[in-house]
Parts: sequence; C-alpha cells; structure tokens
Amino acid sequence: MVNLIWLFFIVFGFVVAVFTGRVEAVTEAAFEGAKTGVTVCFGLISILVFWLGMMRIAEDGGLLNKLAVLLRPAVRFLFPDVPKDHPALGYILSNMSANILGLGNAATPMGIKAMKELQKLNPDPTTATPAMCTLLAINTASITIIPTTIIAIRMNFESANPAEIVGTTLMATAISTTAAILVDRWFRHRTFSRPKREG
Amino acid sequence: MYEAINTISVWAIPAIIVFIPLYAYFKKVPVYESFVDGAKDGFNTAISIIPHLVGMMVAISVFRASGAMELLVNLIRPLVEAVGIPGEVLPLGILRPITGAGSLAFTTDLIQTHGPDSMIGRIASTVQGSTDTTLYVLTVYFGAVGIRNSRYALKVGLISDVVGFLAAVFICLIVFG
Repeated sequence: MVNLIWLFFIVFGFVVAVFTGRVEAVTEAAFEGAKTGVTVCFGLISILVFWLGMMRIAEDGGLLNKLAVLLRPAVRFLFPDVPKDHPALGYILSNMSANILGLGNAATPMGIKAMKELQKLNPDPTTATPAMCTLLAINTASITIIPTTIIAIRMNFESANPAEIVGTTLMATAISTTAAILVDRWFRHRTFSRPKREG
Repeated sequence: MYEAINTISVWAIPAIIVFIPLYAYFKKVPVYESFVDGAKDGFNTAISIIPHLVGMMVAISVFRASGAMELLVNLIRPLVEAVGIPGEVLPLGILRPITGAGSLAFTTDLIQTHGPDSMIGRIASTVQGSTDTTLYVLTVYFGAVGIRNSRYALKVGLISDVVGFLAAVFICLIVFG
C-alpha cells in the first residue's frame, strides 16, 4: 500500500507537472523535500537521544513495569497477544500516556521502543504483527487533552479564547480513537481468524 | 479549567524529568550510565529513519509542487460542500494524514486568513489537534524496526483519520454554530 501511494505521488505529480508546465518547480521540490527529510531527522536526534536516555533510566529503575501493572487491564484488552510481563507493554503504556498529555515529542521515542520490543515477538521481522498494527492505530488517532502547538498559534493570532478548542479536540479524538480500535479489531479478526488448515 | 490544563502542560515535562532519575537513584540504578546507554539507541534510531523520511518527503513535495494536490482538492470540493463542510478546510483533511509540517502550515494560513475565532479557524485548529500524521507515524515506527509489509495498518489509520476529520468538523459546527 505504501509502495503504491509513494509511486502514485511521484508519477501522478510528474504527469500533472507536464500539463501545468511546472516541471522545473517539481525538480526543485524533489530536492527540497529530500532536504526537509534530513532536517526533520536531525531535529529528531536531540529529542530521541534525550528521551530514550530518560526512558532507559525509567526502565532500569523499574518504573515502566510499575506503570504496566497499573494500566494492565486496558492494555490487556488492546494487546491480547503480548505476554503479560513483556517489556513492550511498559513502552506501549508510556507512549499512550505521552500522547494523551499531548507530549508528542516524548511519545515518538517510546512508540519506537515499543515497536522494537514487539519486533522481538515477531516471527516474520518484515511483516507487521497484529499488535504492531494496533499500536499504530492508537497512535494515529490518539486521544489528546492538550493540543499545545495549536493553542500557541491561536495565541499568536490574538484569539479571544485560544483554549476553546480543547473541548472539541478531546471529543473529536475520543471518537477517532474509538473508530481506530473498532476498525483495527475488525481487520485483525478478518485477517487472522480464518481456519488455517488450507494453507 | 483552562488554568488547570495550562498548569499541567507547563509542569508535566519538568516533573517527569526530575522524577524519573530521582526514583531510579533510590532504586540504586547508576542513573548517568543508564541515560548514556539508552541515549545511544536514540542516535542510531534517528539515523536509521533518514532514508524513509527522505523518500516520503520527496514524493509529497513533488505531489504538491506539481499542482496535483490542488487538482485533487478541486475534484472533491463540490462533494464535501454538499454535506455542509466548508470547502476551505478540505485540503487540510487531505494534508493532515500525509504531512505534519505541511498541515500545520496550512492551518496557520487558515487561521491567519479567516481569524482564529472564525468557524473555519476553529475547525482547522480542531482538525490539526485531533489526528496525527498517519503516514509519518507509519514510516517512522515501521521504518525503525524494518517492517516492509504493514498489513492493514495504513487502512486503519486512514479510516480513523477520515472519522476524526468529520468528527472535528461537525463537533465544531454544533458547539460553535
């Protein structure tokens, strides 16, 4: 699917550029895009290095296990196929908590760490497991309480009430998260509950 | 309420930064060594993401600069306006799952043009705050562990993005209408 989208962006973009006479702009945009990709990654280095260092301390100190025990029921429901005491659960929980608090920068490294732990349970390292898909679903739709960046932008443009969108954001994310969990369950069921005898 | 949320967002990170090492220290963890050890992981991870991100950013930039994005928006526009969604916010709905920086730029532009307290400004704010950049999350998370077959993950992400976008628009229309 990603293969197709990627190819579509480039090929369709090029075809349109021919008709709109923007071939030169497209060339420039391609290199500009590559540059942005590297810039974003370099921006990520400081955040990843810092948070993964912090998270290692939390892990070594036993904090992640504590958190996992506390929120176990919810995660058991969402990730039924991850063993009860697996470290992945701790990272999944920290990732979810960070997302809920709107700490996007902190959520990404923990999500990556969770993926790495889930990968250890993966029989085929190039194919996503159901648990990985669920983690991704929760991340893309994640419930947000404090959309900090947006509030800051609204303040910039002198909104009478910059935080008035907190309530609507919370409602919208509650709905999208519910949808993500339901759709994920449906696909998981459809993909994995067929009788395996035929294969 | 706003005060409370504001206080939480200001104190959350410093509290975490102080609490984690302090707690670990009392559990007899060599905190600095632990930090450096984990931090090395972070560096390698960031470097390993570069090819994935460069590939995706190039494709998106080509798509936007060529005018293909515009074309797509103009095609869908009459359809969405028929159900009451302001056409101006539609490109945001399309951009949001694809590019975080791009959609943030678009949101800023909408807020600047229509004002933060206009309906379009409120909808844009809510949409930007509600869903995440699915393609980015997928690229980074799966790229970091080397997953090539993402199974149904993208479909689930995009479906929940559509639900999130529609929910954001209609909740705003009801709450602020």
